[in-house]
This record gives sequence, structure tokens and C-alpha cells, in this order.
Amino acid sequence: MQKNVNNRDSEMEKTRQVDAIAVLELVVNNHPGVMSHICGLFSRRAYNVEGIICIPMQDGMTSKMWLQVNEENKLEQIIKQVKKLPDVLTIERHDGGHRVFERVGVLV
Amino acid sequence: MNTMNGAQLIVKLLERQGIDIIAGIPGGANLPMYDALFESTAIRHILCRHEQGAGFVAQGIARSTGKAAVCFATSGPGATNVLTAIADAYLDSIPVICITGQVPASLIGTDAFQEVDTYGMSIPITKHNFLVRTVGELLTIIPRAFELALSGRPGPVLIDVPKDVQMAEISFAQWPEPGRRTTEKATDIESLRAAADMINRAKRPILCLGGGIIHAGAAEAGRLLAEKGGLPTTMTLMGLGAIASDHQLSLGMLGMHAARSTNMALQDCDLFIAAGARFDDRATGKIVEFCPDASIIHMDIDPSEVSKLKTAHIALVGDVKRSLEALLPLVTENSRTIWNNQIEVLKEMYPMTSPEARVPEKPYGLILKTSELLDEGSFISTDVGKHQMWAAQVFPFERPRQLLTSGGLGTMGFGLPAAIGAALAHPDKQIVLFTGDGSLQMNIQELATAIEQQVNIKIIIMNNNSLGLVRQQQNLFYNKQLFASDFQIDIDFVTIAKGFGMKAVNVEAGGDLPALLERMLAEPGPCLINVPIDREEDVYPMVPPGASNSIMLGGCNAEKCK
Repeated sequence: MQKNVNNRDSEMEKTRQVDAIAVLELVVNNHPGVMSHICGLFSRRAYNVEGIICIPMQDGMTSKMWLQVNEENKLEQIIKQVKKLPDVLTIERHDGGHRVFERVGVLV
Repeated sequence: MNTMNGAQLIVKLLERQGIDIIAGIPGGANLPMYDALFESTAIRHILCRHEQGAGFVAQGIARSTGKAAVCFATSGPGATNVLTAIADAYLDSIPVICITGQVPASLIGTDAFQEVDTYGMSIPITKHNFLVRTVGELLTIIPRAFELALSGRPGPVLIDVPKDVQMAEISFAQWPEPGRRTTEKATDIESLRAAADMINRAKRPILCLGGGIIHAGAAEAGRLLAEKGGLPTTMTLMGLGAIASDHQLSLGMLGMHAARSTNMALQDCDLFIAAGARFDDRATGKIVEFCPDASIIHMDIDPSEVSKLKTAHIALVGDVKRSLEALLPLVTENSRTIWNNQIEVLKEMYPMTSPEARVPEKPYGLILKTSELLDEGSFISTDVGKHQMWAAQVFPFERPRQLLTSGGLGTMGFGLPAAIGAALAHPDKQIVLFTGDGSLQMNIQELATAIEQQVNIKIIIMNNNSLGLVRQQQNLFYNKQLFASDFQIDIDFVTIAKGFGMKAVNVEAGGDLPALLERMLAEPGPCLINVPIDREEDVYPMVPPGASNSIMLGGCNAEKCK
């Protein structure tokens, strides 16, 4: 019984999170320090990242990165800060999530 | 075809950027760069005694000139030592380029001798940083570092260069263009019109000039707007000098140690115009109670500052000088007599100093007396603590860049090396350092640098033999439990300074302080004067940390304030 209750709680928690989830899709320069810059920014400014997916693009010079965040109140500020990083070339905001996380979610 | 090694390329690229002074310390991992400096006739190297000192010397140059300045450090401890000065530059948006040596690329990640992750450690305290992987990248990274440091909101950039990259040969046909400040796009005209309209309708507006005004060279534009609109004008610590302290519209500094009248006027204003200011907690106090009845216009070059802490009704994102200049014709001329008279009454009721506090043996008097004795065009450097706040409160700053002080990070030990940097950049000017006995001890080794370079700095120690601001807080907020804030030994700074080879004098009880000051200020080269200050001399008024700016302790006529 106990287990079910826990499950239900975590289900509720999940629904609540899904409502506020947003995904930021970035194109960044592809070099070894970029991930540190992005993650460093999030930890220093106390923003939570729920998920990260990053793959190099065909040209090899840039990578595409998706950041899953549920910081509704801070989202505007997060976007402004991410935009300031010189290695971030473009940023696109997807409210409500992005299918890349659904696809990868199947694997976990 | 140009052929050279990486280190020579770095030095040549710095020369092409117009760099003529580099502060630093050599070590194993940056020796190729020092070998290249040996051959440079354009660059003068300033050998410091600690890398933090080198970082602050570069800051002193950058803050006093507005140009980017460079410091060198070796890998490992050299890099970790310089980081405090870089963090300080980051918080005050100062364009410093720090070039560190790193162990050879093949050894990175092996815990080699004097290896630390300089790149990783400098990410959160730089505007941007680079780890140079091949010698060819230097041709783009060095100019790019200058462009980044100077453009938009300025800031420090660190370049970590492995030793093998410094030694690698490179041949190239063409020199890259030096990195320059890029021009910002103009502020949106609709927002400017809306802002002007809001200013024109305001009954009780206050203009606040921050450090961004200094960086943007926008002091005159700020003053013209203030004068046309009859706008009482306050300044943040970083903005002091943006408008002359004796200007009739000047309210001096705002915040924790502001004049009572300034914070009271702010509580009452109906429009707060922040220009190049970032709503720091030391300026605003408890943010939800800051300017409670005011609309906010926020002008800043950094979009992430707008509405970060206080929601702006109108955001003017862009170069603050251009925004202020564009606003000027849109703002109607208005002397705002009622509002300015109201503030005048407050100023008279709650002055910053009293005649008793202005005798030269007291902190305010000492600072004011010094200001009277200084030539025009001199610079003031401070450390961090009581002396810094006293200077910020009463020194008659009259021009941008006159004050060099660590604002955001509040780094004790900033003052001496920063003063040396300012003196190197302005050899014909007087530089006065107001410091405390606590702060001076944090970078006291740079006395050697000052002597070696024979810079024209005058060090005034306001010596209360304690960590004064800590002591004050323990007295006020920690049940008077004074712990670890009073020094248990009395250091003889005059003997120490003389040991370094510096002229130095003590102010003795009953001595003629003004005459002594005058004599020391007239001496050529560096000298030091030690002035005893009573431990009980505190900085007032004071807003308790975390409290609203409406809650102020002490200061003249505090008892009249309900």
C-alpha cells in the first residue's frame, strides 16, 4: 500500500512539473569548455536544470543543446543570462517541453 | 611572412592593442612570455610581489583610464592568487585581460607541478575565458579578448596559455585587426518617448547614476538631463564623481551609508531613474521596500540587469550615454522647485557632518583637509572598510574616474596596488590612497612595488587597529560581543614602510596634522602617513544589513527623525 501512495505522490509531482516545464534549444560553439560555461552559469545563478541533451551538428564547429528547466519565475532572467555567453549563438524557447526529451525518455 | 613563437606573438599582439604596461610575476609556466617581454621596447613590465597585486595594478590602470589593462601570472598558485582581483573586476565591470601560463597541453589533467584548472575556476568570475589549444588560435583569441572586455558591459577576460603553445612556432601572412569596443545599437525610440513622458509627468523624480555612467563616459549627458529636468541626483558608490558633489542637484551616495536626507528623499520619490546602476543590496536595502511609491525607469547596456531585482516599468536597453542624450530633447525644462525645496529642507535638517566632526584629527576632517590640499586632477584610491565609507560620504568628488574603489566584491587589499596602477597610468598626477590598518595588511607587500617604481602615491592610513566595520556590526547587531575584530598588537607601520625604503611619518597626539599632511603631500614619490583614529569612531548613518533604507541608525540629528 505504502508503495502505491508514493507512486501517486510522484505522479502528482510529475504532472505539476510538466505544466511549468520549458525547453531552451541552443546552438553553441563546439569546444570543450562550452558545457562548463552553460552548467557553471546555471549553478552560479541558482537555476535548476532538469535535463540536458547535447550533440554536435554536422559542421563539427557547433553543437545543439537542449536544456529542460522548470524555473517559471526565473525563466526570463535565465534566457537573458544564457544569451550573454559569447559561445551561445542562438537560443529558442519551447514552452511545455520538446519532443527530444520524450524520445530520449523512452530509453531510460 | 611573419615567423615567431606563441609567446612573442602574444607580446606583439598586445603591443598592437596599444598596451604599454603589464603588471605580473614570472614563473615556470609563463617564462616564454617573459622571454618575449625582454625583447619588447614598447611594453614596460611592473614586477609585483603577489599576483593579486598585479591584478589590482591592472585594475588601477583600467579604472583610471577606461582602457583595457593587462596582467600576467604563472600557472597554479600564480593563477589562484590573481583570481580575487579578477573577480573584483568582474563585479565592477572593469576591462582587465589576464594572461596566465599553464602546464604544457600534454600534461593538462595529470596533476602536474603547479597545475590547476585555471579555465574552470575562472568561468564564474570572468566575462569570458579561453584555454588556447593551438598557437594559431592566438591570432583570433587575443583581439577577441579585447573586444569582449571593452564592448557592451565591460568585464575581465582570462586567457590560459599552455607552455608548449607559448613555445610553438607560427608563420602567418597578415596581422589581425586589434580588438576594439563595438558600437551598440540605439535604444528603441518608443521606449525613450514613454520614458520622457514618465519623467515629464513625475512630481518627485530622482535620478540615480551608477558605475555604468563612468564606463560609458556619460557623466555630462547625465548632468545635462538632471539640470534640464530639475532632477535631484544620487549616485551609487561606483557612480561617485558622475556629478560633482557640490552641484546643487547632487544627493551624494545612496544606500547603507547614505546621508539620511538622501534615503528619505528616495522613500518619498514617485519616479526612480536608474542609469547604469544595478540595484545592489548595499544601495537599495530591503528591495521590496526600496522607493515604495516609485515607478522605475531602468537604463542599462546589459539586458539581464533590467528587472533582475526590481521590475522596471520602462526598460531602456542600450548605451546609457546615447539613451541619456536621446532623452534630453524629449524632456521638458522644469526646475521642480517644490520637490527640490523639500529635499533642501531635508539636507539642512540632516547634514552628513557636524563642525566637531570636521576637525582634521577626526575621520571626516582628515578626508576634507586632504581634499583641500590636493591639486586638480588628482585621484583617490580606497581600500574597503570604514575609511572607504567615510571617503565616499564626504570627499568632494568632482569628476568621473576620480575615485578608485572596490564596490561589488568589496576587496580589502585593493587600494594600494590600484593606486600604483593609477599612478603608472598618470605619472604627472597625485594619487592619494585612503586605507585602513586592516586593509593595508592584506597587500602590504606591494609597498615594495611602489618604491621600486617610484610612483607618486601618498598613503594615508586611518589606523584604528581593528577591523572597523566588523567591529561596528558586532557592536550594533551581535550584543557588543567584540570577537576577532580588534588586533591584539599595535603594528608600527612607519617602521615597516621605512623597511621597504619608503618615507613615512606618524601623526603624534597633539601634533600639527594639517602641516604634516601638507608636507607629505608635497613630497615627490611614494610616502606614507599613519593617522591614529579612535576605535569607537563609527560610520553613520547606517542601514542594518537586510533592513529597509528607511531604517537608519545614527548620524546628525538622528533623534529628530521619527
